[in-house]
Amino acid sequence: MVLVPVSTVSTRNHPTDSWRIQRPTIQYDKCIRCMICWKYCPDNAIEIENGDESAPNERIAKMEYPVINYSFCKGCGICANECPEKCIDMEFEVIE
Amino acid sequence: MPTSIPKEELMAPGHTACHGCGATLAMRYVLKAMGQKTVVSVPASCWAVIPGAMPFRTLDVPMVYTPFAATGASISGLREGLDIQGKTDYNVVGFAGDGGTADIGLQGLSGAMERGHNVFYIMYDNEGYMNTGVQRSGSTPYGAKTTTTPVGKERDFKKENKKIVADMMIAQNVPYVATATIAYPEDLIRKIDHAKAVHGPKFIQILAPCPTGWYYPPEKTIEISRLAVQSRMFPLYEFIQGKFYLNKSFKPVDVSEYVKAQDRFKHLNDDEIDNLRKYVDERWNQLLEWEKIYSEQKE
Repeated sequence: MVLVPVSTVSTRNHPTDSWRIQRPTIQYDKCIRCMICWKYCPDNAIEIENGDESAPNERIAKMEYPVINYSFCKGCGICANECPEKCIDMEFEVIE
Repeated sequence: MPTSIPKEELMAPGHTACHGCGATLAMRYVLKAMGQKTVVSVPASCWAVIPGAMPFRTLDVPMVYTPFAATGASISGLREGLDIQGKTDYNVVGFAGDGGTADIGLQGLSGAMERGHNVFYIMYDNEGYMNTGVQRSGSTPYGAKTTTTPVGKERDFKKENKKIVADMMIAQNVPYVATATIAYPEDLIRKIDHAKAVHGPKFIQILAPCPTGWYYPPEKTIEISRLAVQSRMFPLYEFIQGKFYLNKSFKPVDVSEYVKAQDRFKHLNDDEIDNLRKYVDERWNQLLEWEKIYSEQKE
């Protein structure tokens, strides 16, 4: 008997954006790049990117910054609740 | 800028956990600490549902589903099989919920720990059978409302105190025992790093708040797990080969703050909150005593 893995498709191909009721938005001019939102995201929906030109000053512009991946964000609001600068806004999704 | 926890992600996004799930965060931190060379064994629990239906998988490491009571047995077998193949550098992790640990899998766990296999057993403690619709488990604390301990005219909430499996493992003299919570991921990852240095069975109990079963808004998950430590409802400690360390470096808050944040305790009156406070103080004093006893033994 040979045992083989049965579930081989990663859930990276399974977007969960339709679960979202509230949509988080990061205000990058207030963000201090502490990455606490990334650390506490249960859906792995926050990614780390390099260097941002919209930063308030040069020192912060060189730092890595968090970007929300809206294909996977379920809108639980942990990031907005834990943000020390309170710079993540939660707004209700509008269906067009 | 370096982040406070490893950047490597071994849990993919797109899983089917509830909004604000604590158990997914527990798995995410555990895998960050374990690294790529890990085999995870999961019994029936929330984590049997979170990866999604076939053909989806959410972990980038091998994962084995086991029957409810067999987590201990399956990690023993995986460990011995990998050792025979010469793959001694792989971590074998049993990742079970509190029902699969405190109630159904207790004999399997106890047996695996007694046989002394070099395995990790992680219990993510969401204080009930949340996957099947919030039933009471041995790990549910005093005063909680669940669907099998409902509160109506009868006020039939849970009258018994929480069964703490980590304490049982200390009594069994397991080489490494720790408690952790998802509000302090750096502490959790440091504890797993300590555990990796120990050869033999390792047991870690992680408090993973559940918005669905504890009846609180999903954004409060981290806040509530932090309050659990600060109110001493869930003390953090570490037991390494006969040495006992209790974490006392936090600002204590009253139990009522933790209780009032969750609707599963909302029916409790002041006397009942007092009962809970008394239990929490007794347990804290007991842990302080243990710390004293174990430090005397070593000297």
